[in-house]
Amino acid sequence: MRIGMISRLGGLAAVVFSLLASSALANDLTVYTALEADLLPIYKKSFEDRYPGVNIRWVRDSTGIITAKLLAEKDNPQADAVLGTAATSLQLLDNEGMLEHYAPKGLDKIDPRFVSRDTPPTWVGANAWAAALCVNTVEMKKRNLAIPQTWADLARPEYKGLIVMPNPASSGTGFLDVSSWLQMMGDEKGWAYMEALHQNIATYTHSGSKPCTLAASGEYPIGISFEFRAARVMSQGAPVVVVVPSEGVGWDVEASAIVKGTPNEDDARKLIDWAVSDDAMKIYAKYYAILGNAAFEEPIPNLPTDIKAKLSKNDFEWAAAHRADILDAWQKRFGAKSEAKN
Amino acid sequence: MSDAVLGAAAIARAPAIRAKVGRDDRLMLVFTLVIGLYLVVSLALPILFMLWKSTEVRAFAYSAVEMQVDTGQGPTSVGTLADVAGKLGLLSDVDQARRANSLTAAQLFPKRAFDGAPLKSVRMRFSGGSADGRLDLSGKPVEAGQWAEVPAQDLRRLVLRAGTQRSLANYAAYFSNPALTQSIANSLAVSLITTAIVVLLAFGFAYGLSRTMMPLKGLFRTIAMVPILVPSLLAGISLVYLFGNQGLLKDLMFGARIYGAGGIVAGCVFFTFPHAFLIISTALAVSDARLYEAARVLRTTPRRTFFTVTLPGARYGLISAAFVVFTLTITEFGVPKVVGGDFNMLAVDIYKQVVGQQNFAMGAVVSVILLIPAVVAFFVDRTVTARQVALLTARAVPYAPQPNRPLDWAAFAFCSVVAGLLLLVVGVSQFAALVKFWPYDLSLSFQHYAFEGVDGGGWGSYFNSLQLALYTAIIGTLVVLVGGYIVEKGRGFVAARTGLHFLAMLPMAIPGLVLGLSYIFFFNDRSNPFNFLYGTMAILVVSTITHFYTVSHLTALTALKAMDREFEAVAASLKQPVTRMFTRVTLPVCLPTGLDIAAYYFVNALTTVSAVVFLYAPTTTLAAVAALNMDDAGQIQPAAAMCMLIFYTNLAARGVHAVLTRVLASTQAWRAR
Repeated sequence: MRIGMISRLGGLAAVVFSLLASSALANDLTVYTALEADLLPIYKKSFEDRYPGVNIRWVRDSTGIITAKLLAEKDNPQADAVLGTAATSLQLLDNEGMLEHYAPKGLDKIDPRFVSRDTPPTWVGANAWAAALCVNTVEMKKRNLAIPQTWADLARPEYKGLIVMPNPASSGTGFLDVSSWLQMMGDEKGWAYMEALHQNIATYTHSGSKPCTLAASGEYPIGISFEFRAARVMSQGAPVVVVVPSEGVGWDVEASAIVKGTPNEDDARKLIDWAVSDDAMKIYAKYYAILGNAAFEEPIPNLPTDIKAKLSKNDFEWAAAHRADILDAWQKRFGAKSEAKN
Repeated sequence: MSDAVLGAAAIARAPAIRAKVGRDDRLMLVFTLVIGLYLVVSLALPILFMLWKSTEVRAFAYSAVEMQVDTGQGPTSVGTLADVAGKLGLLSDVDQARRANSLTAAQLFPKRAFDGAPLKSVRMRFSGGSADGRLDLSGKPVEAGQWAEVPAQDLRRLVLRAGTQRSLANYAAYFSNPALTQSIANSLAVSLITTAIVVLLAFGFAYGLSRTMMPLKGLFRTIAMVPILVPSLLAGISLVYLFGNQGLLKDLMFGARIYGAGGIVAGCVFFTFPHAFLIISTALAVSDARLYEAARVLRTTPRRTFFTVTLPGARYGLISAAFVVFTLTITEFGVPKVVGGDFNMLAVDIYKQVVGQQNFAMGAVVSVILLIPAVVAFFVDRTVTARQVALLTARAVPYAPQPNRPLDWAAFAFCSVVAGLLLLVVGVSQFAALVKFWPYDLSLSFQHYAFEGVDGGGWGSYFNSLQLALYTAIIGTLVVLVGGYIVEKGRGFVAARTGLHFLAMLPMAIPGLVLGLSYIFFFNDRSNPFNFLYGTMAILVVSTITHFYTVSHLTALTALKAMDREFEAVAASLKQPVTRMFTRVTLPVCLPTGLDIAAYYFVNALTTVSAVVFLYAPTTTLAAVAALNMDDAGQIQPAAAMCMLIFYTNLAARGVHAVLTRVLASTQAWRAR
């Protein structure tokens, strides 16, 4: 107990000291990211160990907000680089001519599906994340309900009010759900499915992680979220199982890019080099099942091994081109859900 | 006769006798101008700028763009974009720009075909002014009147940028969107219900404390102030842990949900309670015992006395409290954000528009809508309280409560319940912050206080907040004291001083989110000479000082009013400069008040979210905002931990304040006779 206290105080002192020390020594690189906050310190350390003299300053938010922020700042960009943000979003920025072309070192080892179509490419993906359900086993047992196994199951009346999903306008995970349903089922059936699902949704959250953390605490027992967060809450002791719906799941690439016109282009290039490097792949391998360089893939504890086989076909260009229309239609149908359900 | 005429002319020519403008007056004028300039730059200009911006509409100048397409027969004119907009599936000029500020040729021809024929190339020519937008080829602007051509495979290199118009289209868009306008009714309903509940509760509580002989009054008074020391979103978090689907007391909900109007009302009751209590207890504290004596002599029933003496005596306090609670609730953002579910309120709409969709223009429109009830409440309150006449005349006898067992115990029971609920809200958050994994592993741990791997910036944000609180307390107190001194004790420059006072009263009516949004518009504008402030700690300090200016200013005025004007007269006749007067007499006399203002600023700088949530930068993240962001990402236990950290810091600050006040009391011996 006492040792714990002392080490905690030591940690505090270290925080204070590093705050004082980090300000002046290194070049600051402002990096916008939608990566999970849990991982940022690990990435920062790995990158800064490899390139001492460059200090990453993170601006982290959900995919939708990072995208909106970058678009809003188009005439006066604040970011030097974007790390780990949905390829669909980066494609959108690319369409606006906001990204710099750069072929990072080791590009040849990366799966071509993870790289933009330009040569040299504008964005490069390091890993992918896929939709998954977090289902709280304790709460399901309490209610005597079966664990849902498919997307179709979720629309069944017994799950009314038990499901939470992210709002696709603000969350990249929410958008890949909607985009994959539309791509898998087609326009008409896709929207019909969402109408049916909407009847069961308790609330639409701002972030893609929250449905899973809400499922973990049992606040809402079923969360439509993604596989990384599901594995994390399980390792924290949540009574949750991960379900990968059998129809196939939406996925997207965590891609990185250099913002055109940055004064720190050299440092930004180093970041992209690092993002697809073997060192980085080794870190991703601990958390993500699907990597840009498949040679490093390992099974992830708590995750089903067949997730890669269940990835739906995803056309990033189609998704980027139709994003605004899809979100508009979604907002009109479901966004004005001002009356509380139930 | 001619003499007389001459005399009159001579008198007319003689210079009028005017007070000589001395060094002191010039100094005072300089200070008046400095403080006035501060308030103009930090308040008036940003708000006006935001009003102006809310009428700015982005639009594509379709008719200024000529287009030619080549489908194999050479470039063929298809007229302007306005001619083919319908054919190409474009929305109206404004709607299209609302979707995105730019339009690429690839979006015009997604199939790379025109009328079914595959495209070879597309040419565009833009002939408009800079307000109409721009045409870009490969990221570089094309000169107006020049043709720009792209081959079919490079269509997205040709980009049309939207221009700006000035109209009320944003307001029209707002009022045609029922999802947004619903918030007006929602906000009004929630605010009215909250106001009714809080005024009743606070009146009962204050009545117990000032009109009965119940025990433990000091303790109750302290507990009543607890909600001021925590960010309002703590109330939302605690409500989730109490009444959420996994809440400790969820059985009391009988199946109803805490997420929605009910939760918002409950949370707002919690955090507005101390404000109403303070105002009402001040009103109840001053009353004339002679009125009660008269009532007793006339054998009036206690009930009748209550309705004819007590209530009328406190009516201005009640009205004032009602307006304050109404304004606080309608502009509140933390509670509905956490516990509102799908029940939208105006303040949350501003946040969603600005942060969620980066739609600043619509954020400005909602801000203007939100300003209306806040400003109306402010002016009505001012007018009503201005009519208040002093209850406590020189001949009044202060009322002293007499023992009355049933009443005392009833009051004690009531106050115990209210105080118990207040403590319960804070206690639950503390409990949630300390358990390992809610609700499945309730063993205790400090792990959530490490803030590792969570959003918001962790301990760094906490230290930033401390910095902000200290700067705000020191600088804010100085600015407010000098400003108050000028308004209250200044000579001459009546117009300037009245203007200053008006500006100092305004922040009360400006919701924090609105102030923050106006700062984005004003300080992020590149042509603004103060642009360098954007993204720094300084802008956070400025916004916090301004946001909480009014209450500090009124506190300073009250203290200064208590100082006889003769001090100044004596100092002037002794030819003492005003600076010496200020430092030797005014400041020492005002020290206890200065300390109160500093404590007020410190506590509010730590708990505020609304005034700073749009303004923090990667290096200046703040604790209360971090709690908000953690809650957003579902890291609710760490969010509770951060709120409690703020609570203990504020508790310590209040402790320091109490000790300093006591120490100061020894220097204030002159106050006693």
